[in-house]
Amino acid sequence: MSKVHVTTTVNGDQAEFLCEPRETLLDCLRDKLHLTGSKEGCGTGDCGACSVTVDDRLVCSCLMLGVEAEGKEIKTIEGMADGENLRPLQAKFIEHAALQCGVCTPGILVASEALLKKNPDPTEEELRYWLAGNLCRCTGYDKIIRAVMDAAAEMRETS
Amino acid sequence: MALDNKNNEFKVIGSTPNRPDGLDKVTGRARFGADISVPGMLHGAVVRSPHAHAKIVKIDASKALAMKGVKAVITRADFPEGLEGEDWNLQENAMAGEKALYDGHAVAAVAATSPLAARDAAKLIEVEYEVLLHVTDVDEAMKDGAPAIREGAADYSVPEGLHPNVVRFFDTGMGDLDKGFAEADLVVERSYTTEAAHQGYIEPHACLGQMGADGRGELWCCTQGHWFIRRMSTAVLGVETTNIRVTPSEIGGGFGGKTTITIEPLSLALSRKAGGAPVKMVMNRGEVLRATGPTSSASMDIKMGMTKDGKITAAHGTFRMQGGAFPGAPVDVTTMLAFANYTIENVHHIGYDVITNRPKQAAYRAPGAPMAAFAVESTVDEMCRTLGLDPIETRLKNASRDGTRSTFGPKFGPVGLVESLEAARDHANYKMPLGPNQGRGVASGYWMNWGGETSASVAMSEDGTVTVSVGTPDIGGSRASMALMAAEAFGIAYENVRVNISDTGALGVNEPTHGSRATYASGLATIKAAEECITKMCKRAADKWGIDADAVIWEDGSAKPSGPNAGEFDPLSIGEICAEMGETGGPISGHYEGSPTGFSGSFGTHVVDVEIDPETGHTTVLRYLVVQDAGKAIHPAYVEGQFQGGAAQGIGWALNEEYIYGEDGRLQNPVFLDYRIPVASDLPMIDTVIVEVPNPGHPYGVRGVGETGITPPLPALANAIADATGLRMRGLPMTPPKILAALKAQKNG
Amino acid sequence: MVEINLWSGLRRFADGKDKVEVSGKTVGEILDDLVARYPGMAPVIKAGVSISVDGEIIPTGRREPVKEDSEVFLLQRLKGG
Repeated sequence: MSKVHVTTTVNGDQAEFLCEPRETLLDCLRDKLHLTGSKEGCGTGDCGACSVTVDDRLVCSCLMLGVEAEGKEIKTIEGMADGENLRPLQAKFIEHAALQCGVCTPGILVASEALLKKNPDPTEEELRYWLAGNLCRCTGYDKIIRAVMDAAAEMRETS
Repeated sequence: MALDNKNNEFKVIGSTPNRPDGLDKVTGRARFGADISVPGMLHGAVVRSPHAHAKIVKIDASKALAMKGVKAVITRADFPEGLEGEDWNLQENAMAGEKALYDGHAVAAVAATSPLAARDAAKLIEVEYEVLLHVTDVDEAMKDGAPAIREGAADYSVPEGLHPNVVRFFDTGMGDLDKGFAEADLVVERSYTTEAAHQGYIEPHACLGQMGADGRGELWCCTQGHWFIRRMSTAVLGVETTNIRVTPSEIGGGFGGKTTITIEPLSLALSRKAGGAPVKMVMNRGEVLRATGPTSSASMDIKMGMTKDGKITAAHGTFRMQGGAFPGAPVDVTTMLAFANYTIENVHHIGYDVITNRPKQAAYRAPGAPMAAFAVESTVDEMCRTLGLDPIETRLKNASRDGTRSTFGPKFGPVGLVESLEAARDHANYKMPLGPNQGRGVASGYWMNWGGETSASVAMSEDGTVTVSVGTPDIGGSRASMALMAAEAFGIAYENVRVNISDTGALGVNEPTHGSRATYASGLATIKAAEECITKMCKRAADKWGIDADAVIWEDGSAKPSGPNAGEFDPLSIGEICAEMGETGGPISGHYEGSPTGFSGSFGTHVVDVEIDPETGHTTVLRYLVVQDAGKAIHPAYVEGQFQGGAAQGIGWALNEEYIYGEDGRLQNPVFLDYRIPVASDLPMIDTVIVEVPNPGHPYGVRGVGETGITPPLPALANAIADATGLRMRGLPMTPPKILAALKAQKNG
Repeated sequence: MVEINLWSGLRRFADGKDKVEVSGKTVGEILDDLVARYPGMAPVIKAGVSISVDGEIIPTGRREPVKEDSEVFLLQRLKGG
């Protein structure tokens, strides 16, 4: 099968890859660009472990084709921290023990960051419904919710 | 190794520092099973049976092999013959032989140059089946006329006259049941069912295997226990155990499901056949749900007797459990622990391990305990309601405690059930007023915990910092716990300890991170190995000072003379001793190996408030409290995390999760949309209280905490629903349609 | 002699008794003597048991000491998730 040449922007840098039209954006990020921070937990858009933003919109990268990334601006977990400085969400996840195995963590961080951009002061209920598409099997969500609420408060103070 | 009572004023343990692997895990750098790639790597895919039970007539791989990029195809013919017992079971489960035994059973596998090529090639492998009658329900599988899945699978324990699908039989108990029931004012007999639930780890199984024609190679995989994977994979492939070195990746959840093999031996066999090229295999979610082990489903009968004032006089339980197409349903544990919360003189358990056309069950958090807890704790709750007794006071009256005889035989040592019940009773949640359609449920649970084969090393670095090497993969923050315990033992800062999870080439055999054993057993091993280092460092100081090693003590990270008689010397710090170790005798390290037996079980009590929507039958969990005995919480935040995670899994099992099989014996819900685990909006905050009744068998008093937490939620939810509605739900999951139907039936009288 | 408490399903392999007397000073020795006296117990021990000595559960070890007055129970082999 002939491959398509895709030019896109990933975490601020230009990126190019060749992919078959049926390959997902997640596969392209992981296998072609070697950005393995986004995870495949289900491949059906139910678990959110592959969450990335495309032109600032939160998407499951397992539900988008690699060829659809042409000309778009993609952000993944690898682009979240500013050099050695973690984003408040990342620091709060460590501080609050909001991860156990850590495999859902990249997706939850990307999804939470996208929420706080739209709504810097979410209620607990708003946050729980926003994150309802990001499965975590280890934590029961308690510490995740606390970490995001705490990060949101800190971000409001410093902005 | 006994509890060190002198050491009850801890300096480091009990604090909550950031975990050492936190940075890697919030930046996407941490490498999980599917994140590992090597040059020259091929990709594997598996052909799976679409039938629940079928004879494999013919496998034709010629079209696949003709495809460009396809390097190898394997079937059962590529595995050695003549295996016995559990090794045969593992081999048969990894790759079907004469018959496919369940929907999703592997029948062939292929390796190709890309994941897409491998998947395309798998579709070209033609398998001819002769479909056989199937059975997926445990009660049906025991009936006359049910298809026999494998004749001769039963072991010594099964009495004559039972269906060949009954493969193990259990009969345990003590006392005089007739006498016990005669003493009761109330005798209740009820039946219950629970469906199979999957561990639901978010990371599917993944591995990268490489093996040459000489049978030697490497395996990288996500697992709870790489020595188990090594032993099982090599047994299935008929090569010597040491020939494969297994390195664990980070693991994206396991909960028991990653203590056994699935695709690992397939990747090695494909690699060998492809001339030794490494083969990467990654399951998709459908494969995980169809072909890796969920827990057992259960059908249970409980009979219990109680006096008017709440004393349990007798208990009898019959537990029928299916664990898929192979022996191994955890009925053995069920028939030990079903009534373990209580002191009961007259008690009896009967258990049946039954095979069906379902995937081979795997351990799932406190395997065998939650289903029994659902049946027993629901029955106790019903009796309390009938007799007008408080559920916590009644449990306190009968509670297992130090010195009481357990319902499985031995006497308990110090355990924390009474303390957990009292803390639950005194918690604000237990006093919160309830509104209309709301109810409160209480239940307790127990897990025995585990020691297991353990090997660990501690090595000193030149600057006095410390490397701890353990063989138990870190699933929930155990690197932090090990570092805390090592720092405590040495009297140094937490940051000065680095914890490695070693591969199978670096340590002796380690059992997996299972049985709630990692913090207990690897922790004990770390402390022991650290103490060996301390002894050696004291000797170096003694040599330098020219005094007896006995006259040197270790305090706050330094060697010091034990008193004025030993001599006047300035303390030698860990850094000073290690800086000179090359000249004073060479490297300093300590080691521990053993199967520690001082583990002790953890009791917990949960209190849940729910609201039932009378229009939809939907259950909203309003508030949730977990109280559990940790012995000593090394890193309290991760102890709470275990409590909360266990509760959430139990809530899912109680309310939503189930394996749904169609008439055709195929799994109807092999996606997360339909196999619905709790999401953030399903749950409230999960309140926790850590009870600490020190375990005398660990130097710092640690008990494992991982498993107990999944046990009480099943009955606690059922009891809360009964409190809210007057309905006693005896089958899990308690989904909205089931509750709605029960509400309607109740209304219509 | 040491008294071993058997689970009730094992009575049929031990002449109907739920407690049997065996000799030995370690877990391994008493298990070996149990099989010597009651050969029907061989598959049980081979399939794997845990043993509790005075409340301490010994999953696999054969070298742990047993005293004459120790309280000993045979238990199912355990494993966890």
